[in-house]
Amino acid sequence: MTAKKTTPNKRPRILVTGAAGALAQQVINRLRDECDLVAVDFREQVYLGDDIPSYCIDFNKRVFEDLFRRYEFDGVIHLGRIQSSQLTPMRRYNANVLGTQKLLDLSHKYGISRVVVLSTYHVYGAMAYNPALIDEEAPLKSAGLTMDLVDSVELENLANIYLWRYPDLNITVLRPCNIVGPGVRNTISLLLASERAPVLMGFSPMMQFIHIDDMADAIVLAYGKKTRGVFNVAPDDWVAYQRALSMCGCSRIPVPSIPPAVTSAILRTLKLKSFPSYLMNFFKYPVVIDGRSFAREFNFKPRRPLKEIFRYYRENKRPV
Amino acid sequence: MSLTSRIKSLLVAPALDEQINKIRKPIGSLGYDPWGYNNESVKIGFSLARLLYDRYFRVEAHGVDKIPEKGPVLIIANHSGQLPIDGVLIGYALASREEKPRIPRAMIERFFPTVPYLGNLLNEFGAVLGDPTNCAKMLANDEAVIVFPEGVRGSGKLYQDRYQLKRFGNGFMHLAMKYKATIVPVGVVGCEETIPAIANIKPLANMLGVPYVPLALPAVLPAKVYLNFGDPLFFEDGEISEEEVTERVEQVKAAINEQIDKGLSERKRLF
Repeated sequence: MTAKKTTPNKRPRILVTGAAGALAQQVINRLRDECDLVAVDFREQVYLGDDIPSYCIDFNKRVFEDLFRRYEFDGVIHLGRIQSSQLTPMRRYNANVLGTQKLLDLSHKYGISRVVVLSTYHVYGAMAYNPALIDEEAPLKSAGLTMDLVDSVELENLANIYLWRYPDLNITVLRPCNIVGPGVRNTISLLLASERAPVLMGFSPMMQFIHIDDMADAIVLAYGKKTRGVFNVAPDDWVAYQRALSMCGCSRIPVPSIPPAVTSAILRTLKLKSFPSYLMNFFKYPVVIDGRSFAREFNFKPRRPLKEIFRYYRENKRPV
Repeated sequence: MSLTSRIKSLLVAPALDEQINKIRKPIGSLGYDPWGYNNESVKIGFSLARLLYDRYFRVEAHGVDKIPEKGPVLIIANHSGQLPIDGVLIGYALASREEKPRIPRAMIERFFPTVPYLGNLLNEFGAVLGDPTNCAKMLANDEAVIVFPEGVRGSGKLYQDRYQLKRFGNGFMHLAMKYKATIVPVGVVGCEETIPAIANIKPLANMLGVPYVPLALPAVLPAKVYLNFGDPLFFEDGEISEEEVTERVEQVKAAINEQIDKGLSERKRLF
């Protein structure tokens, strides 16, 4: 590990990954006044102002290490997770698992003292026997349920190994519920923003939604307090999927829900980006997480209620 | 007007609307809780349950006021009748009592969440997947939870075995001790006669992936139902052996048997 010179009153220097995403940009906007930020993204280079150097870099390339040498980061906020709906499974594995490993290795090598990793509630897996208010200690079943979420679980496992092996990294893994709001391009946001959304006949699982602004606040709060561990991030509010759709002004298109093989075949044929077949069970069975531990530890209280979130989607059927 | 609103306007009187709204429930901004309970759906369920309770099964309930008005409670009853009618009737008895009504939660078979429409509907009416984690979290939320420790062994029992309690699981006792929940034993008499089954068609049940398929009349008979609520029981938490836990479970079982005998002696005729 490289020893780092510490200068009193120095502005913290933070590497933010996934800079092309709306969430990372919200986080950057919250931190830019008090921190020196460097933004990187696996997919594209984004302009974030003259004060923030921005790079398009594959974490697995050797030049990535040059950033650590040049900027002497104090912390890393790793939001650059490639979602399951993006890229091929192999490229996703390379980016999410091997890329994260490289990032954590370099963080350890260059004496970084704070790492926040963004994961997803999808790691718990959707199945009929899930209890509600799932704790962080619950097993991560999704790898056993669908191959398309293996990289998400592997990313978490990796972060957990580094969390215990290198306590100086002070790793915090955040498992948020559905992140939604302006600029968010994940599957659930695309669904809420659409005019018509598929539903599985006879199933309307309970869901949780967190506004992108609240999630950005949560990440900034997490970065500011060096509590290691894994935390769910979700508001204490719940809504059934079909009710959420109707509140967003979406017409519901029923898809046969039984037998599951037929549903899966229909979804595979349709190849909808917003309703992929491997997420089918998330629209059938609830995966309700318990975010109280994070709220207590980091004094977090989401400020945007569900009604406000859904109003945005109702009024912006083609969101920014 | 949507179909739900239309059904609601037909079934839910303003007084009932107000009555349900007054009962405190830990729900979010849209009327849902984490398990899918929905305040508006409960009003419709309550109206339908009232028809079953008052008109169809003409339920006579004694001692429902023994259920504490607040705090974690486990309502432990005998299970019978192929369908979870007993859970609905106990739930209605508590939700409609005059003094300090509560909307209890019923733990249901793991099979129900896989059934389209029915699974969600049961959740909206307050039923919850019978998982120890769910029960624990609800007791921590100070809910009243209806548990049938016999599980499918009870609901699927044949008519020849009526009013004989099957084996009780110990799980409810561990939860009661841990969460300092009051146990209220309930004896249900009459539900055994609602769908009397003479055999269980096991191969068909296995094929359909359901716990049992009863050989019975394809109808729910209007048997008169008696609900007898026993005195509340408290069990101290502490490091005790599983054998001692089983002894405590037997105490609850005996209390339920006592209430069943009371109901049977009250009953003058089946229908």
